Amino acid sequence: MSSDILILAMLDGISYAGLLFLVALGLTFIFGVVKILNVAHGSLYAFGGYGAASLGLWWGQGSDSALVSVALLISGAIAMGVVLGTVLMLLLKKFQDRDPILQLLVTFGAFMIFEDLQRMIWGTQPYFVADVVNQLGTSELMGVVYMNYQLLFVPGAALAVYFLLKWFLNSTLAGRQIVAVTHDREVATALGINARRIGYLTFVVGAVLGSLGGALASPTTSLVPGIGADMIVLSFAVVASAGLGQITGALITALLIGLSRSFCVYLAPEFEVVMPYLIMVLVLLIRPQGLFTVVQARKI
Amino acid sequence: MVKSKLFPLCARLLTTAAIGLSTLPAYADAAKPDTLKIGITTFMSGSASVFGMPAKAAAEIYIEELNAAGGIDGVKVEPIYVDEGVGGDRLLSEYRRVVQEQGAKVMVASISSGNCNTLAPVAEDLKVVNILWDCGTEKALEGHTYNYVFRTQANAVTEMVASVLYLLKVNPDFKTLAVVNQDYAWGRDSWDIFSAVLKQLKPDVKIVAELFPKFGASDFSAEVSRLQVLRPDVVLSTSWGGDLDTFVRQASQRGLLKNSQFFLALGETSLERLGNTLPEGVLIGARGDHYFLSPQYANDPRHKAFVTKFHERTGSYPIYSVYHMVQALDGMTAAYKKAIQANGGQWPNEEQLAGAFKGLDFRGLTSPVHIRPEDGQGLETQLFGITTASPDYKFKVLKDIMLVQADQVTTPPGEKSHEWVKTVTPALLDQVQPLSAAQ
Repeated sequence: MSSDILILAMLDGISYAGLLFLVALGLTFIFGVVKILNVAHGSLYAFGGYGAASLGLWWGQGSDSALVSVALLISGAIAMGVVLGTVLMLLLKKFQDRDPILQLLVTFGAFMIFEDLQRMIWGTQPYFVADVVNQLGTSELMGVVYMNYQLLFVPGAALAVYFLLKWFLNSTLAGRQIVAVTHDREVATALGINARRIGYLTFVVGAVLGSLGGALASPTTSLVPGIGADMIVLSFAVVASAGLGQITGALITALLIGLSRSFCVYLAPEFEVVMPYLIMVLVLLIRPQGLFTVVQARKI
Repeated sequence: MVKSKLFPLCARLLTTAAIGLSTLPAYADAAKPDTLKIGITTFMSGSASVFGMPAKAAAEIYIEELNAAGGIDGVKVEPIYVDEGVGGDRLLSEYRRVVQEQGAKVMVASISSGNCNTLAPVAEDLKVVNILWDCGTEKALEGHTYNYVFRTQANAVTEMVASVLYLLKVNPDFKTLAVVNQDYAWGRDSWDIFSAVLKQLKPDVKIVAELFPKFGASDFSAEVSRLQVLRPDVVLSTSWGGDLDTFVRQASQRGLLKNSQFFLALGETSLERLGNTLPEGVLIGARGDHYFLSPQYANDPRHKAFVTKFHERTGSYPIYSVYHMVQALDGMTAAYKKAIQANGGQWPNEEQLAGAFKGLDFRGLTSPVHIRPEDGQGLETQLFGITTASPDYKFKVLKDIMLVQADQVTTPPGEKSHEWVKTVTPALLDQVQPLSAAQ
């Protein structure tokens, strides 16, 4: 394998991993704190994409400013994340201390409803707004043209979100409260932390992250019915391989899956589709708890 | 005593049987129904709804107009729509329910090749006429002897052989080719046929990459990078819907379409959506001879009126699935008329209707279609063109439109396609010349 191909495959892999990480991050973050496996996370991705594209179509047309386009993408993601996150949280409120399977089924039901809602609002024809990609231009590396949006912006946004989330959890009161609830909900409640409020905050932050993944994907991909289902399956592969609730683990696993996928395209295209799941199966066979899950003390 | 009672009883029984037999032909004629219920399976959910929903709109328009004009021999048509997006098992039970409980006499099914393969034997079992209206797989009819299953359009073999002939006509000197198809049955099968025929007709072409990204993939960056490194003369894709749009947009944004000649065998469906993303000079196929600006039919009164009405209703121009739906319903109407005529003006039963489909010649919105009597396969002309800018539309339209007749590029009845494509010789290039459509 030539060094050119090695570099090109790495660049493609990093770009893809950035997007994958953002979506998986929301899923793993929610599970880490409120212990709910949110199947409707795929809908958050889809609505984030559609919301951002709609804002771009309404207000972004005619504007040449990349800043305006980026602001619209982020606004769309936040709006959709807050609304759907709140709706999901309200739905799950009645099932808070019930069997986790029941909670999973509620999110699955919500996912099906959101799918229909999405079709009712945006129809079935592919939908996209690509202004920001054109505004950010292209770069040429070793004779291959890259979109700056995919090469720099998406991986940069993923890293920025990662560090911002780390800072939020470690350095702010709300973040530390989230960490406390994650470690021990009962003790945190006994110390005066409103675990329900923290649960809601976590759910909304996680929902915004999923939605942001969709919003950042929307300028390069076509939004179609079913797009949420595709992404949720891939996100589960990342989260299961990393270990549920592992933020740094999700970043590294997304990178691993992104890179292995792009190397496959160059070296063994027939394995491209199965690679994320192959990695997941191998990881689960060797470490069923996931690559980055730490040993936890059992409560008695 | 016993003998005297037995004789009149036997006589009565024989008389009753004789009367019964004499009246049989009258019972064989089906009573003319108040309405003709037909089942239509189409994707109303999932990614294939990009085809399914426009086709449903087309069916609604067609049936409204047909009923307004009095229906078929005075019988109004009542459609029952079934969503193919629910999955194979549920579709199968819905299909049975529509036929057995709701009393559908004709089924128009399906878009998905997998669904066609599943439903064809069921239709045969239920003795209900099934029109394969959009699926491409040749395997749905090949190797089977169906009496109730017919296809009102071409199959994948016709489409792919015609595609190879067209490519070799417009670009006879290319040396390298790469393929980027969706990783599912259609993507794989269409490439198998295309590559087998290409190997026969131009063996010196080198296939530099065979890429099958995941169905519904949102990112083609690695594929585009690899193609930029390989720089093939031709990039072929039989992808459709959101996948095709995403691939073309990412390839176009990164300048790949300037380096390689793109051939999008199902590209007609994406022209309007891709707008100006699609550059000039891309080769486009249409899965049939349908195109809303077809030089032959753009001014045909019925076609023109339909395009206008469809655009008013949906805000879009019709794509091939729309034409296939109209073609299936026109086929059904033509078969009913033929069967009624053959039945002395009486409404036909299922068997008579099925018989009328064999060897049926009819016209949808574009060229006439012939249904082969031997296997029920439709012969449908194939249209290709090259993208060009137009002052009248915000998206690329087709120029230099060429047509390939179906008869010589379709597997003969009784033969297996995978064997037949290996017998194709370069002589076919002389025998079947893609013809310019009349301007």
